[in-house]
Amino acid sequence: MELLGLFHYWVFAVLLMIGFYAVVAKVNLVKKLIGLSLFQAAVFLLYITMGKVSGGTAPIFQAGMTDALFSNPLPQVLILTAIVVGISTTALGLGIVVRIKEEYGTIEEHEIQEIDRQ
Amino acid sequence: MTDLATHLPVLQVVVPLLLAPLVVLLQPRGLAWAAATTGSVLALAIAINMALAVLGGADLRYELGGWAAPYGIALRVDSFSALLLLIVTGASSAALLAARRSIDDAIQSHRQPMFYAAWLLALAGLAGILVSADAFNIFVFMEISSLASYILVAGGPDRRALPAVFKYLIMGTIGATFYLIGVGLVYMMTGTLNLADMELRIHEVADQRPILVAAGFITVGLALKAALFPLHVWLPNAYTFAPHAVTVFLAACATKVSLYVLMRFDFVVFQQNLAGHEAQFAAFLMPLAVLAILVGSAVALFENNLKRLLAYSSVAQIGYILLGASMVSVAGLSAGVLHMFNHALAKGALFLAVMGLATRFAGLDLRGLAGAARTMPWTMAALVLAGLSLIGVPGTAGFISKWYLVTAALDEGALGIFLIAVVVAGSLMAVVYVWRIVEAAWFATPAEPAEASGAGASGEAPFAILAVTWAVALANIVFGLFTGAQRELAERTAGALLGNLP
Repeated sequence: MELLGLFHYWVFAVLLMIGFYAVVAKVNLVKKLIGLSLFQAAVFLLYITMGKVSGGTAPIFQAGMTDALFSNPLPQVLILTAIVVGISTTALGLGIVVRIKEEYGTIEEHEIQEIDRQ
Repeated sequence: MTDLATHLPVLQVVVPLLLAPLVVLLQPRGLAWAAATTGSVLALAIAINMALAVLGGADLRYELGGWAAPYGIALRVDSFSALLLLIVTGASSAALLAARRSIDDAIQSHRQPMFYAAWLLALAGLAGILVSADAFNIFVFMEISSLASYILVAGGPDRRALPAVFKYLIMGTIGATFYLIGVGLVYMMTGTLNLADMELRIHEVADQRPILVAAGFITVGLALKAALFPLHVWLPNAYTFAPHAVTVFLAACATKVSLYVLMRFDFVVFQQNLAGHEAQFAAFLMPLAVLAILVGSAVALFENNLKRLLAYSSVAQIGYILLGASMVSVAGLSAGVLHMFNHALAKGALFLAVMGLATRFAGLDLRGLAGAARTMPWTMAALVLAGLSLIGVPGTAGFISKWYLVTAALDEGALGIFLIAVVVAGSLMAVVYVWRIVEAAWFATPAEPAEASGAGASGEAPFAILAVTWAVALANIVFGLFTGAQRELAERTAGALLGNLP
């Protein structure tokens, strides 16, 4: 049961490894970037789960609230920044892939290496 | 003025950060260059000012928005960050002052304002990492500087830069994400992001296992960004195919800033909180440092492209810096930190000379450099001078740090003898690869003598490049003879980092 209780960490670890595998094993550059996005998304989940307080609600103060239990908002704020960073990285990566396609006519890693070797 | 002085740590970041969007608007490209250079020199002036204050015994702290740490975000400049700020802003200023002609050749004129804006963002990011005292802020600045430097590297005309920068982006992002995981785990256990606060709170953590995992993630992630052997594979191609001015800037400082964060975290946050951490740190990094020195130098022996040769030499130099750090002694650490400064001087001058050479010899292949010494004697002389510093010949800056490294190794007993042998072997290989450049430029006869009379094939590098190259090359001599200030900063850094060792 303890294993199931930690299921959000399992989600983090499994997603992280799927993403990492795609980055390492795929030869298509767009697939590599998809893997990279998954890899980053796993870390977003890690941060969001750690801020959850069981029974806690969204940390918004309202009039007449006395002893509400709040989730920790700080990790969510942090990860908002990290999501922005992740999007910029993916966008820049895709931009580079477009340039590679223009210059080399392919986005398969081994074909690019072949062309460079000539 | 005194009022302004208290704001210097934040101005160090804000000046280039705010100039970046302004530079985009400056359409005549000369103006964009002038604005970027002014911003960079201004940043250098701020860095010098803070270094002098730190040398005078000040410990500069700044609370953003007036919120007190650990709840607010704090900036802090001590001797370690002051020294690295000098390297970063100095490298950027030297590269920009020299680079105008080289960048005109490499980048279309309507793209140049954007290019200079990316440059300023990279500078702001690197400076931000150095002034920040907050683990998450370091991550954000790391990503700002990385994203900007991917753009800089990909900006050149060589299409091989694109796959190189893609690899750099993938590996850089994985490194940064590993760092983020580590910071998350520490935050989970301690509830703080402020580095100084973290150090205190980890004491109170009962279960040390997540902290140990965090230390692993952070160390590996930053080693990836610092291009530590065997995680260096992104570096040679990125340096080789980047525009020459970008190589000057990044080679002199980008990896060192990651090493700075690595040392900060391992020595300040984890050192006294994890049992046996210094032994693990040494056991993990020392073999890698030794391999980096030997393999990096050996590969450089056989490289035929001048920029690739120097890039592999950089891999070896990162090894020297970490070798010093992995001795976990005051002498070793100050040698490593000093080598950061001296290597930045030597490699900066070398790549500046390469930038000059590239205006005449497009391929930068060693075999194509025949006769270079005849057509551009001043550039080649500066290159050799910087090469001597890279080798570590007495009288140059490179000698000082290698001397300290060897002295520190002597304290290590039998292991020390082996380490000295490694340093000597690395230096001997440096002699050989620098000699290969000399041989190609001075003694090889040009394959086609008629080529020398072709258009643009003769004459010195443009004056701006030559002047800056010589200024940096002579700085290698000056800092080789007058070692006071930077040694003081390095020793104080080592003292502070190891201050709480048992």
